[in-house]
Amino acid sequence: MMDMLLTLALILVKLLLIFGVVLTLAAYLVLAERKILGRLQLRHGPNRVGPFGLLQPLADVIKLLTKEDTIPAGADRPIFLLAPGLTAITALLAFAVVPFSPPITLFGRTVPMVVCDLNIGVLYFLGLSSLAVYGVALGGWASNSKYALLGSIRGLAQLISYELSMGLAIVPVVLATRSFSLTDIVMAQANIPFALVHPLAFLIFFISMLAESKRVPFDLPEAEAELVAGFHTEYSGMRFGLFFVGEYINLIILSAMITVLFLGGWHGPLLPPLVWFVGKVLFICFIFIWIRGSLPRLRYDQLMHFGWKVLVPLALLNVLVTGAVLLWLGV
Amino acid sequence: MSLWRDIQGTLQPFWVTLRNMMRKPVTRQYPEEKTVPSFRYRGRLVLTRDPQGEERCVACHMCSAACPVDCISMQAAEAEDGRRYAAWFRINFARCIFCGLCTEACPTLAIQMTTDYEFAKRDPLHFVYEKDDLLIHDGGKDLHYDFYRHAGIGVANPRGKNADEYGPVDPRSLLP
Repeated sequence: MMDMLLTLALILVKLLLIFGVVLTLAAYLVLAERKILGRLQLRHGPNRVGPFGLLQPLADVIKLLTKEDTIPAGADRPIFLLAPGLTAITALLAFAVVPFSPPITLFGRTVPMVVCDLNIGVLYFLGLSSLAVYGVALGGWASNSKYALLGSIRGLAQLISYELSMGLAIVPVVLATRSFSLTDIVMAQANIPFALVHPLAFLIFFISMLAESKRVPFDLPEAEAELVAGFHTEYSGMRFGLFFVGEYINLIILSAMITVLFLGGWHGPLLPPLVWFVGKVLFICFIFIWIRGSLPRLRYDQLMHFGWKVLVPLALLNVLVTGAVLLWLGV
Repeated sequence: MSLWRDIQGTLQPFWVTLRNMMRKPVTRQYPEEKTVPSFRYRGRLVLTRDPQGEERCVACHMCSAACPVDCISMQAAEAEDGRRYAAWFRINFARCIFCGLCTEACPTLAIQMTTDYEFAKRDPLHFVYEKDDLLIHDGGKDLHYDFYRHAGIGVANPRGKNADEYGPVDPRSLLP
């Protein structure tokens, strides 16, 4: 009984820690993005609230909370109200399977540094990432606005073009590890990260992640220039904030997935494992922001062509070659 | 080799943005770091005085006639010695478009533009400037110009006694 309670308490503590860290990180990622984007464009970025603009996220939250929450006439009310939560929740749920450090020993018991070490962690992540698009689709559809609808249609079209190659790009990793558990995948990269062993899979996965994050160059569902704000055009106040935060939580989880699947997770010399993990995640986030500052937006037929005619065949070929090599090596 | 060009075109922007990140931002931090406008910047209007400290304005209404938005109004008056001046002079800066036509029209260099661009107020009524608000204590951009000593009409000196002025000529003596 005591043992079970202790396990439960540990899970709760881990949950709270991850919640706190991830939400704070997401808030400050918004600031970091604005700052870095500013510097890329020879501007300063926000620097008025607090020293170096460090209190900007707080000011943003206060602004969002005190804004009027408008619901357009003719909107599908319950779905309209639920959609932002769907995006944020699916992004948060995915953190359950991300291992951020090797198991530690606490009070004579080994504690795995992951909320829940599912043996199908990869599939769980893929499932949640597909669910996340429901927030986009329903939010856009329920808004009763043509821009929002166009945005959500693009979101769905985008989903079917990158999802396949994303799944296929993970296959070589799973083949090499012989496990769907993310902890096992990280363990298998103790000597060399998979990005070096499977560079093509890494590239395809990275591009798919760009599309999954709905950011430049694949920010078609939002496309400020054409669709106002795409699927969240009609949202205001904290509901818009939920979409926004969900997007940045998503960015963190995607960076974490790239780190875990291809960059060797917590493995690294000298520094403690947790520092390596967080450092790699933040580095990938920086790359995402850098890409946003550098590339233009593609048309969505270009993305679909690219997804179906380039990424999927390449990923299939990669799976074939990797499988053949592994069979030949007899691993 | 269009594929090679595509790859180049995808990678080059990253180098450009990274190089920019290493450079100093070009932003001017406005409230702390103020811009110094050029000498001829068209900011708030003032009324200047001549070297003697008298008002330059002779209330000729040229400025208010030139003003495209009719924001200048005044009442002309004449002093004991024949010197004209404005009994009251009013500029409504809420209407002023800072075009500078009034300063070009002014024959005595009385009305001049300054470089003051921090000129925002909450109440439009506070933009109505009276003569007391407009007058400054020196000659503005041209400190030495003195209208009455160039083309006097017997105010500063008797007629024809100014520095670059000839005395009045009897028109009958010019007859052939």
